[in-house]
Amino acid sequence: MKPAPFAYHVPRSLDDALRQLASLDNAKILAGGQSLVAMMNFRVVTPDHLIDINSVEGLSGITVEDGRLRIGAATRQRDLEFSTEIAWHCPLMRAAVLLVGHRQTRNRGTIGGSLAHADPSAELPNVCAAHDARIEIHGPDGVRTVPFAAFNRTFMTTAVEADEILTAVEIDLWAPGHGYSFHEFARRHGDFAIVGVAALLDVDDGHRVTRASLSLCGVDAMPRRLPAVESALIGRVLDDGTIDDVADMAGDLETIEDHHASKSYRQHLARILSGRALREANARACLQKARAAS
Amino acid sequence: MTVKQAIAVTVNGKQYQREVEPRLTLADFLRHEINLTGTHLGCEHGVCGACTILLNGLSTRSCLTFAVQAHGQEVTTIEGLAEPDGTLSPLQQAMAENHALQCGFCTPGMLITLTELLRDDPNPDDAKIRETLTGNLCRCTGYSGIVAAARQVAKGGRGIAGD
Ligand code: FES
Ligand code: FES
Repeated sequence: MKPAPFAYHVPRSLDDALRQLASLDNAKILAGGQSLVAMMNFRVVTPDHLIDINSVEGLSGITVEDGRLRIGAATRQRDLEFSTEIAWHCPLMRAAVLLVGHRQTRNRGTIGGSLAHADPSAELPNVCAAHDARIEIHGPDGVRTVPFAAFNRTFMTTAVEADEILTAVEIDLWAPGHGYSFHEFARRHGDFAIVGVAALLDVDDGHRVTRASLSLCGVDAMPRRLPAVESALIGRVLDDGTIDDVADMAGDLETIEDHHASKSYRQHLARILSGRALREANARACLQKARAAS
Repeated sequence: MTVKQAIAVTVNGKQYQREVEPRLTLADFLRHEINLTGTHLGCEHGVCGACTILLNGLSTRSCLTFAVQAHGQEVTTIEGLAEPDGTLSPLQQAMAENHALQCGFCTPGMLITLTELLRDDPNPDDAKIRETLTGNLCRCTGYSGIVAAARQVAKGGRGIAGD
């Protein structure tokens, strides 16, 4: 058999899951299993206990209320893909989730799993970075909420402690009609990106940028926002020259380098993909303005 | 060796009860415990799609699912696609007619994935068919015959007038 032996637990409530997590040595949470089980099959990860949270009540679901989107951690990537709430209110996430794995892995994989796994090239954490998402974490002492900027600490490491469970993601929605775009380059469709870019833009009636968010994955140990680029966009009308200039700024970024791609190649992708994402986000934002005006 | 757990899994409409170690994958359960060897294992880490089955109607990597997780659930494998009398499903028939398999190793996963697609989206375009097949690797055919088989069933299911 591929994985090392472990004991299997199926808590029905979050409290039971937390109690088991606190009392069992070397325990891991099993959600969709699309990364964890692969790592267990390689015996890279060898937990003594697996706590399967798929039967825990209330951990999944998508709700929009008071301008806030809330997604339960056990919500499957498939449900993000087919949700009208997501498509309507958070189109960046819908664009990104279509690039996550394949139909079969999205049927099982969860948003909480993507976030807790924290692969530096993963799409959903990058969307959360672009949206300044808040991550809800339950532990023995109750619940706490961590802004995404403090959540993903470094390479595959998050603020979730060993006795805690990631339970939900919250996003403050951007104004209806905002511009969005997600572009990535991966060797095969469905692979983790070598570099991915998430862009969000708001424009005024004169098509000047009033709000901007640009976040890159695959360039650093975790998703990386580019605040200097974001402020350079504010107040500008994004013609091709302006977009080329700010995309050059993205291309100057210090990046990681590994056997998948060199630093100069990642910088090249950062520049090209930032340009594409900003162009598309801007076109969408301007089109929505024009529609609203007519 | 960990303690075995009793599970009951419905596979292709028939219930099987077994005692298994939690670390037994659903793929190994199907192949070694109940001898349904039509489900193939290529990579055993979620990349190739050969092991794809339907779990409660949704395509799933059986190498990334433990058999204990399928307790009380319904599984459909390649063995469950044809009629009980052996008549091939329209998609299976179309795969044969379009030379959509050579060695056949990827075929069970291809059939399961496309069966789910055509059930949910009876008239997909080529781009959708190809996008859906990104999760299933074939080392022989070059995919064209597989896409052609799916297209043939898509048209047969809806008729050109549905376009
Ligand atoms: S054997 Fe399961 S995906 Fe390859
Ligand atoms: S027919 Fe040989 S792998 Fe697809």
